[in-house]
Amino acid sequence: MTDRNMALAQLEPGEEAIIEFKDVNKWYGDFHVLKNINFSIKKGERIVVCGPSGSGKSTMIRCINRLEEHQKGIISVDGVEMNDNLKNIEAIRKDVGMIFQHFNLFPHLSILENLTLAPIWVRKKPKKEAEEMAMHYLERVKIANQALKYPGQLSGGQQQRVAIARGLCMEPRIMLFDEPTSALDPEMIKEVLDVMVQLADEGMTMVCVTHEMGFAKKVADRVVFMDAGEVVESNEPHEFFNNPQHDRTQMFLSQILNH
Amino acid sequence: MAIEFKPSPSLPPPVNSVGAVAWLRNNLLSSPLNVALTLFSLYILYLLVPPMIQWGIVNATFTGDTRAACTGGGACWAFIGAYFEQFMYGLYPSEETWRINLSLIALVVLLGAFAIKTINKFYLSLVITLVYPVVAYFLFAGGVFGLVVVETSLWGGLFLTTLLGVVGIVASFPLGVLLALGRRSDMPVAKSVCIVFIETIRAVPLITILFMASVMIPLFLPDGMNFNKLMRVIIGITLFSSAYMAEVIRGGLQAIPKGQYEAADAMGLTYWQSMILVILPQALKLVIPGIVNTFIGLFKDTTLVYIVGMFDLLGRIQAANHDANWLGTTVEGYAFAGFVYFIICFGMSRYSMSIERKLDTGHKRN
Repeated sequence: MTDRNMALAQLEPGEEAIIEFKDVNKWYGDFHVLKNINFSIKKGERIVVCGPSGSGKSTMIRCINRLEEHQKGIISVDGVEMNDNLKNIEAIRKDVGMIFQHFNLFPHLSILENLTLAPIWVRKKPKKEAEEMAMHYLERVKIANQALKYPGQLSGGQQQRVAIARGLCMEPRIMLFDEPTSALDPEMIKEVLDVMVQLADEGMTMVCVTHEMGFAKKVADRVVFMDAGEVVESNEPHEFFNNPQHDRTQMFLSQILNH
Repeated sequence: MAIEFKPSPSLPPPVNSVGAVAWLRNNLLSSPLNVALTLFSLYILYLLVPPMIQWGIVNATFTGDTRAACTGGGACWAFIGAYFEQFMYGLYPSEETWRINLSLIALVVLLGAFAIKTINKFYLSLVITLVYPVVAYFLFAGGVFGLVVVETSLWGGLFLTTLLGVVGIVASFPLGVLLALGRRSDMPVAKSVCIVFIETIRAVPLITILFMASVMIPLFLPDGMNFNKLMRVIIGITLFSSAYMAEVIRGGLQAIPKGQYEAADAMGLTYWQSMILVILPQALKLVIPGIVNTFIGLFKDTTLVYIVGMFDLLGRIQAANHDANWLGTTVEGYAFAGFVYFIICFGMSRYSMSIERKLDTGHKRN
């Protein structure tokens, strides 16, 4: 048994599904982006979603906090069905953090203000408490000394780490990562991945769209491969990488691993 | 063994690329064409400036009671002096003009208080936007605390110009923000109402709106229900510029990347929270030049109230030109009007630039 599996056994992810997709379909106009997506994610699970561009993986992850609407099927998060009910959506969004490819920090606010905005206005925390928590998370992503700067003054890797800290400040139950390292230089990818690995080790439920196969091997409980709007294959990482079932998966892996 | 990498030291820039000489060389004399243009401009200035100084200062007359006193052959500034009070306050009674001065001083003091760090800016803004207008209104109109009533028909001059401008600016800005948000809203009713309003108002000249406000609206109102013409004109001007303001602000909203909206949504902020805390601060900052453009346009457009029988600064000057004692002072009157408008509009433009610099965070490294 490897160290990694030992850790897994100790953590013992909970049994109840925290995110559930049932026959989910979505169209952009005539274009069928998501076709009958079915899967569930358990509490504490770390899922890596991969696939070629245009395969619907970003759309799928963005349906979880309803940045995108699906037209058919049921998505439920934490037992709450995602539909047009704005109150439900806002309640779910409080508990689901999201990290974007382009960081999306608010450029008119300082790093500290970026982190305290949602805790103060959504969680109604007193300002002082919110700032203490913000500093705690900035400490954890190792940029506490930049707290009073503005996002435009930081490097891409630093900005993405701030974005992760900003997500954590809401104390979410689930974190979604939408290609968090795709806009970064190679030297900065590592610093962001380190933070994500640390987060995974603490038992956060994570859904991560990424091309970082090293990260998937190291951290994921399950790797989901999507193509043309469908889940082609979903398996635990060792099996997924060493013994892919579908030829489409094999082709994708041969291209992404042998370059 | 690896060689240690040491970055080379930074050197100062060459001497001829900084300082006044470099500025001259870069801006005025950078090419033969620019040398020629510089010389040509100097020649034009030589032709224009000395005669203007001759007319406006050297040969000008500054005191006197009639046009006859102006014998120097230059400008007759005595005309401005004689009518100064009318130009400033219109026909507002002389012994009551302190009320206007007082409210102006109060406004300057209140705005200046923003610079004091210990004052709560939120309460100060509330005082300025909610308390001050009411107090100022009663000061101007009278009728309370033993203040003599001054009919709005007597209000005029620069006072009226400023009043129309300031009220128009203060009222049209929030209205413009709401219209811009409405036009981009997902709610079909709000959206179509905003589009119809904006497109209708923009398709109509301001003069038409002022005529509507002063002449036609009273015809439609039932007997006995009538409100002040000044009020109607202010509402007309406000609606007019709010439509332009809305389009300027919409431009700013469209320039904000979609990711900003998504990040705000993803945190669980409500629509109004994400607009007020995240989107509008960025969007408005982007369109400060356009907003100030609209403000300056509005301020100058207030001269059109002359057409519906209100005498603002320009109106007062034109009326004074008909005074038999001061015939032939039209040029001085218009020069004065131009000077006052220039000072105010240039001031607004400089102020907007300083705000832009102050708000310029984030996008620049330092």
